[in-house]
Amino acid sequence: MTVKDVIRILDAEVVSEGDLGAEVKTACGSDMMSDVLAFVKDQSVLLTGLTNPQVVRTAEMMDMRCIIFVRGKDPGADVIALAKQKDMTVLKTNHRMFTACGLLYTNGLSGGTFSR
Amino acid sequence: MNNVLSFDYTVPGDDFTRAGEASSDVKHKLKKIGYNPEAIRKVAIAMYEGEINMVIHAGGGNAHVDISPDRVNMVLRDHGPGIENVELAMREGYSTAPEKVRALGFGAGMGLPNIKKYTDSMKIDTEVGKGTTLYMTVLAEHKTAR
Repeated sequence: MTVKDVIRILDAEVVSEGDLGAEVKTACGSDMMSDVLAFVKDQSVLLTGLTNPQVVRTAEMMDMRCIIFVRGKDPGADVIALAKQKDMTVLKTNHRMFTACGLLYTNGLSGGTFSR
Repeated sequence: MNNVLSFDYTVPGDDFTRAGEASSDVKHKLKKIGYNPEAIRKVAIAMYEGEINMVIHAGGGNAHVDISPDRVNMVLRDHGPGIENVELAMREGYSTAPEKVRALGFGAGMGLPNIKKYTDSMKIDTEVGKGTTLYMTVLAEHKTAR
């Protein structure tokens, strides 16, 4: 699916627009950036309830294309500015983490490789 | 690229939002010179974890990076409190990070184990009360995929 499909499936709001036509195949959901850095490999979408700039940094290091803030959380201006600088799409959905992950999974996004 | 490219960074200790700027810059430079993407990913993650550690535990520090055709050497030096028990600090899940850092998504005790995982070699020189120097190397071409 593309980022556009993700927006439709999650009824998400575009907070910062990167490449909405970019294809995404895998995702991970976590509020612990340490775990994202430790265990994630080849995922292109990050779902999280954390809204500090290190979320964007973490996604950048992991070559992710899209960040989704769940539970209707609003990222601050510093987060949005950094995402724009990195040309990363930032979305916001009112769904909770479990529901957002479930919706994406049932629509074809997988958990990808677990790097251990 | 035949020569070694060297870069120095100051990692500010008073601003958590700026942690990762040096790693981001190194990643950008490696991409620009067409370095092996897998090596770039490993360098970025390892250095980012090191930077985060310096900000969380040591009030910032300095980073020196040498990019050679066959490897990237990184030296992260701080003048923080040092690590009392390196063996314990290397254990997954062991953390001395304060609660406020955990609330930001870090401090789960994965930093040093993660650095070990993503580097081809790492060494820690530390002295309590004096500081810590972390040496990391990532080879451009690793023999076995991780």
